[in-house]
Amino acid sequence: MKNSIFKIAAFMVIAVGGGYLLTQCGTSSPDNSGGVMSGSTAEEVFVPPGEHDTYYAFTSGGYSGQVGVYGLPSGRLFRVIPVFSQDAEKGYGYNEETKPMLETSFGFVPWDDSHHPELSQTNGEIDGRFMFINGNNTPRVAKINLSTMETEEIIEIPNAGGNHASAFITENTEYITASTRFSVPVPQADEKIASYADKFNGVWTFISFENEDMEIGFQVLAPPFNWDLAHGGKGKSHGWMFFSSYNAEKANTLLEKNASQLDKDFIAAVNWKLAEEYLAQGKAHDMQVDFRNNEWDESTQMATSHERNTVKVLIPEECPGLVYLLPTPKSPHGVDVDPTGNFIVGGGKLSADMAVHSFDKMLQAIENEDFETTIDGIPVLKYDNILQGIVKQPGLGPLHTEFDGRGNAYTTFFISSEIVKWKVETQEILDRVPTYYSVGHLMIPGGDSRKPEEGGKYMVAMNKITKDRYLPTGPELAHSAQLYDISGDKMRLILDFPTVGEPHYAQGLLASRIKDKQVKTYLLEENKHPHVTDRESRARVERDGNVVRVYMTAIRSHLAPDNIEGIRVGDEVYFHVTNLEQDWDVPHGFAMMGATNAELLIMPGQTETLLWKPTKEGVFPFYCTDFCSALHQEMQGYVRVSPRGSNVPLSWALGDETGGATAP
Amino acid sequence: MKTKVIFIIGALAILGLFWKPLWRITLDAPQYPDGVNMYIYINKIGGDTPSTLQNINILNHYIGMKYIEPESIPELTYFPYIIAGMAALGLVFGLSGNKKLWFTWVAILAILGALGIYDYYLWLYDYGHNLDPNAAIKIEGMTYQPPLLGSKPLLNFVAHSYPHTGSIFLLASFVLCGLAIFMQKKSSDELPVATKEAPKQKEKELEPALT
Repeated sequence: MKNSIFKIAAFMVIAVGGGYLLTQCGTSSPDNSGGVMSGSTAEEVFVPPGEHDTYYAFTSGGYSGQVGVYGLPSGRLFRVIPVFSQDAEKGYGYNEETKPMLETSFGFVPWDDSHHPELSQTNGEIDGRFMFINGNNTPRVAKINLSTMETEEIIEIPNAGGNHASAFITENTEYITASTRFSVPVPQADEKIASYADKFNGVWTFISFENEDMEIGFQVLAPPFNWDLAHGGKGKSHGWMFFSSYNAEKANTLLEKNASQLDKDFIAAVNWKLAEEYLAQGKAHDMQVDFRNNEWDESTQMATSHERNTVKVLIPEECPGLVYLLPTPKSPHGVDVDPTGNFIVGGGKLSADMAVHSFDKMLQAIENEDFETTIDGIPVLKYDNILQGIVKQPGLGPLHTEFDGRGNAYTTFFISSEIVKWKVETQEILDRVPTYYSVGHLMIPGGDSRKPEEGGKYMVAMNKITKDRYLPTGPELAHSAQLYDISGDKMRLILDFPTVGEPHYAQGLLASRIKDKQVKTYLLEENKHPHVTDRESRARVERDGNVVRVYMTAIRSHLAPDNIEGIRVGDEVYFHVTNLEQDWDVPHGFAMMGATNAELLIMPGQTETLLWKPTKEGVFPFYCTDFCSALHQEMQGYVRVSPRGSNVPLSWALGDETGGATAP
Repeated sequence: MKTKVIFIIGALAILGLFWKPLWRITLDAPQYPDGVNMYIYINKIGGDTPSTLQNINILNHYIGMKYIEPESIPELTYFPYIIAGMAALGLVFGLSGNKKLWFTWVAILAILGALGIYDYYLWLYDYGHNLDPNAAIKIEGMTYQPPLLGSKPLLNFVAHSYPHTGSIFLLASFVLCGLAIFMQKKSSDELPVATKEAPKQKEKELEPALT
């Protein structure tokens, strides 16, 4: 857990202070108790029954591996999008169609740790097409379609360990980043861990997005620091990508101490437009690797996992001008670029002050070759020559910064559990509010783009520690989020709501951008699933050896066929269930007694497949699990299972309709 | 001459029935916030989406109503010929300028209209009363005939049945052809003393209504 070090630090602060309120540390005393909200505040977040929120908020699920979809300002949860983790509720990762989405070079990996969602942009503005999110544990990046809110593609990141500085984009979504938090031998090899500093490397990965399809465009070899977060340049700095790091010490053990020694670590500025030129010049090394690219095909309603074997790698030493290192105090976490593209904020989480770099000064320093030194062939720029200014003693443990588009920045402070508002140009502190407790990321809808939505109206704080905020639920508590109105001079807490999993970063956008393009049903006539049953009269059962395929249809309120005989112990029975409905919000579920996977949850016009391997003789029921209609309870059927080698003929029936085949 | 044009435009206006639905039945229930709309054309039955009819049939099957299948409604096959034939007849009659033929045409249209509405009523009656005795939902004495005109609760739905945009063309036919007959009559009454300007002026006034 990336913040465990700070949790420990926070607890130490509590212990040393002997007090409970860590919000008091080194900051002014907050006057907002946060526990009492006036009636008028309640009205600000009240969305009357039947009315819609004005924003969608997408929060990463952290160790749930998923994405939560909320409405703002109400804080209501609408959906959990399954991304990196199996979701038995939706059959995701259990049904035959979505299993390939979770394939990796390590095999089927049914879980990951999702941290940073990022909405696609055009000209630096949110365009409402896609969302990307990283999987940290087994490095992956996923693409989610915002009109179906389904995961459509997952690409594995080769040569990486701990894909944390991801999934951040360039301002026209030319690339999506991935990176290495836990440097590893590149290429992977059986090395001594103590050889870390010499034999290990990070990589900055640029995933291309031509034709809305993710491919590994190229990778750049990085020093073995812990590459932590990223943000794309915008406006004048478009063409550059900034990655923050800690562990410039190159420690490989007890990092909480050994990676916290140097005064400064680095933000890497990678000139990806120059990288494209180097690629065109043939400077890249083709490296043999092994990774997967899993793609969902909406017409067949199936995912396919493709093996990929090469990746292009650029080495900074061979590519002058490709990368520069910006010294930044101390162990910076977030790296955030303001809407003008000129100011680069590094949240030095162990630093008393917070550095703001200037892109203009950076270019000047590069031109003047104001280099302190080089590390692994990468020039290190002089700190004083790139610094725009310092936010002096803003709080303890700065992590992340977002912007309102009115020249203000908002930075989270994990240890002092607060958000500080400051003026980007002058670094003057304007306001501070407590969070409950120990805030990690924050999110202003569009707050990391060139144009925050509505000029920055709302801000969401996502907190790691909840303690007494909600009704307790045993030892494991929900993480919390707080919503602030930031449209005035003072930030005002207006809502507090629990979240799914552990949200790290989040994204938000005006609902009007995507709500009218939400898909209501899939067109049955466009269903190209190889095992579709497009009308009830075609429902049937086929046997080929011990593989039995049940071509089943679901429509209110029956499954066809609903009596199946001639199945034997040891068979592999595939239920290919097509939902024939073409009406909005009429999914059908399908569950088979004793199936060792999960249910199916089939949207109108869709076909999904459940694999069932009967192990016992008998008669076993199946049924619809989604209360679809008045006669939902009647939506059921039976499978008769006979012993191995039985000669009970294969047959099926629905009402007076029967079908059958002679058992082979 | 102008009255001929008016009559012919009026007679051809019924061709608009190929374009817009004559009638609409809307089913309202809480879980259908947009309502379920069924549009009745002279040649087909439509809905807000291509699957509306299937969705209505799914709902109806619980009460044992027969599936509404446009293929099994012969009127939808021969009505288009009647309308096209009437338009052609109207064109011929119009060109003839014979006021009696014009009157006859309007009278035929009125009779056809009345028969059409009666036929529509019979279909509604059939669907509403001719129910499957083995239906899942049977309520003593309950039938499900939507109203010909107006609104009526049918179990969880309220059914609204009203003329729709196509009927404007039918109305236009009656109005324009009637007007043409009226004007023709007037101009022939006044013929001995009529100046040429008077009817012209009248027609000018009418022009905006025609465009």
